[in-house]
Amino acid sequence: MPERQPRLVMENIVKEFPGVRALSNVQLSLYPGEVHALMGENGAGKSTLIKVLTGVYSIDNGSVVLDGKTVHIKNPQDAQEKGISTVYQEVNLCTNLSVTENIFIGREIKKHGRLAWKEMHKRAEALLASLQLKIDVTKLLSSYSVAIQQMVAIARALNVSAQILILDEPTSSLDRDEVKQLFSVIRKLKKDGLAIVFVSHFLDQIYEITDRLTVLRNGEWIGEYMTEELDRVDLVSKMIGKELQELEAVTKNVSHESAERETFLTADQVGLKGKIHPFNFDLKKGEIVGFAGLLGSGRTEIARLLFGADKADQGTIKIKGEKLNFSSPRQAIVNNIGFCSEDRKAEGIIPELTVRENIILAIQSVNGWFRYISKTKQTKIADEYIELLNISPANPEQLIKNLSGGNQQKVMLARWLVTDPELLILDEPTRGIDIGAKTEIMKLMTELSQKNKAILFISSELEEILRTSHRIAVLRDRKKVSEYQNQKGLTQQELMKEMAGGM
Amino acid sequence: MGKSIMRSRLFWPIMVLILILLINLFFDSSFLSIEVRNGRLTGSIIDILNRGAPLMLISIGMTLVIATKGIDLSVGSVIAMSGAIGAMSVANAETDGLGPLFTAIALALVISTLVGGWNGLLVSRIGVQPIVATLILMVAGRGVAQLITGGQITTVYYDPYNFIGGGYLLALPFSVFIVAFVLLLAVLITRKTALGLFIESVGSNPDASRLAGINSKNIMLMVYLFSGFCAGVGGLILSSNVMSADGNNAGLWFELDAILAVVIGGTSLMGGRFYLMGTIIGALIIQSLTTTIYSIGVPAETNLVVKAVVVLIVCLLQSPEFRSKVFGTGKLKKTKEQKESEGVTLS
Repeated sequence: MPERQPRLVMENIVKEFPGVRALSNVQLSLYPGEVHALMGENGAGKSTLIKVLTGVYSIDNGSVVLDGKTVHIKNPQDAQEKGISTVYQEVNLCTNLSVTENIFIGREIKKHGRLAWKEMHKRAEALLASLQLKIDVTKLLSSYSVAIQQMVAIARALNVSAQILILDEPTSSLDRDEVKQLFSVIRKLKKDGLAIVFVSHFLDQIYEITDRLTVLRNGEWIGEYMTEELDRVDLVSKMIGKELQELEAVTKNVSHESAERETFLTADQVGLKGKIHPFNFDLKKGEIVGFAGLLGSGRTEIARLLFGADKADQGTIKIKGEKLNFSSPRQAIVNNIGFCSEDRKAEGIIPELTVRENIILAIQSVNGWFRYISKTKQTKIADEYIELLNISPANPEQLIKNLSGGNQQKVMLARWLVTDPELLILDEPTRGIDIGAKTEIMKLMTELSQKNKAILFISSELEEILRTSHRIAVLRDRKKVSEYQNQKGLTQQELMKEMAGGM
Repeated sequence: MGKSIMRSRLFWPIMVLILILLINLFFDSSFLSIEVRNGRLTGSIIDILNRGAPLMLISIGMTLVIATKGIDLSVGSVIAMSGAIGAMSVANAETDGLGPLFTAIALALVISTLVGGWNGLLVSRIGVQPIVATLILMVAGRGVAQLITGGQITTVYYDPYNFIGGGYLLALPFSVFIVAFVLLLAVLITRKTALGLFIESVGSNPDASRLAGINSKNIMLMVYLFSGFCAGVGGLILSSNVMSADGNNAGLWFELDAILAVVIGGTSLMGGRFYLMGTIIGALIIQSLTTTIYSIGVPAETNLVVKAVVVLIVCLLQSPEFRSKVFGTGKLKKTKEQKESEGVTLS
């Protein structure tokens, strides 16, 4: 491949933000017809590099050479005109517009000065068909799943005759089949000669789909490798710059004799029409229960009912034997329950507030508006958890929106840890964050359970569930279908079969 | 660091205010002088403070509403209603005792706060968009005010009523004390309790705030209640100033001036952070503009155009992008270095 002319060469890229050198002397080269992985931990500079490439940020130093010519990418439109398209981690589409509108927005097809809807619908259908997707393009985007929205985002990116396609965490909200589908699309695009940048935290996927990879760490360029020549252990140690033993330090929690433990929560035939079939469930102190299930299987819905984010329309929830059906999250929080939502952007962070304010928000709302925690005390709390969870940058006055995804996630954890909950519900806490942070979060869960806290752990990563949980509940089609004690013999295959059902 | 940001946010509005005052000084060398007459401080500055009182008041309420990503278009109409209620209830007072005065104040304020609460209920409980919900009261409120006054201007001959907007205390206009009191109340209640944090949180991300245990609905209800209350006080001052009830013109376009004042003060219409002191500066800029236009003899018809130009200038000055384009990137770089020296690093 290297003997061909590269499509893009970025050299000595430097990007600074107030107080942070986000990129220092980073390079990246892309060839037509390759899938190139961009690897690194949270805060390594992947997102910044992508934003530089797509014209969102201007660079402070360095050069960008596109097809042999030095270019200056002024803004996102300019990047698109130069053939660089992006599908971002969080799908950035307008869900209240139709599929067609989303694909053509900003570059509508016109005939005689009027919008040519028929033509656009046809073209949208053809575009999606090339991605093996057949849907009604006149329907609102919000009526489709996240996976399909993702495909629409790709179709939109392709519509601008892209030369370079950047996929930032495209698989983080897709299930197995959908990932397969996406990969076949990627292979097709690769054959068509596109240069594809692929960002993902899933190592399996990196090895399955990419040809070469570039590793970044703390804003610095670590190296460029052929994917097949670099084994996983080396890759991971290059990314985190730590010894690998630490990764293995999370010991597997095999179910222990939990008979004498006090029950914290009991759900008896709790359900909500259209969301989740009535289920029974109990959770003991010091226990980690994993929820395994595909997207849309009802795992988030159960969590929301237990937390009072949605109100159950049947059944009873008991906390330590007392009947309590929460009608608001506040009541749940007052009863020592915490909930980290899977949708960090929409239901987690308060973007305009600082890290400090985000951390103390839940404990302050338990205290009520009148008993204000003094600024000094707030800073003390924030500093403590910044250190404990290794949040970077370690500045409590930084606005949270300026932090990387993994660090935002840690702030969310801090928000709940401050309230010292007896039950912590973690919905996909490890999604979209790097291995180092994942390990830290799993370690933390184990520590909490040793301190007699109950944890409900929802994850798409069966490996993580098997590693940490004492008990595992499997969900399928909005129903809780079975429950396992996590014993040595229990395998991912067994869980997967149960999740898929009908075997 | 928070303080220096706060300072820089207020910096440009204050500069503009000073500039306006200097322009006045250029045309009228006695503009800044304050004299004592009959034990009362008089002068243009005092005038601006006095006449700007209603605008400052409703802008304080508006700030908190805007911080929750809302808007309150009804304040002008609530001013008319409150003024009409206050003035009409003392119009036929037969004594010069203080009884009717307090009744009028209580009646006007309670009803203004209640109609503010009506806005709050529509927005927080029914989920009506703020601009629509308050538009309803904007229309209805003026209608009610006109019904109360019978569509006519009714003059009040009850002297104590004049004290609210025209009285003096410790040589200063009484209205200045009212503004100071409400401002102090707002600052204390938002910054010395967690209310300010909750308001900013709800404005920045209502769903996440609810999941963090904040009762977003009550927060919203409260800011509209407070906005109604502020408009009520403003209405009393205005009608007391002219000693009459005028349902047609009292408080006309005040909502727009208030929104401008809030924006000039640095609070974003997207909700989130709010700056009460910025709002006060913003309201003072608008009021001194009006005063300036009258005092330097520019035709009154140009008032609105000049106002718009000044507001535009303030908004441009506040935009970092505009500043870096016009004044070069030097300033941005400097702050970058400054912040770097504070030792924040990524690792």
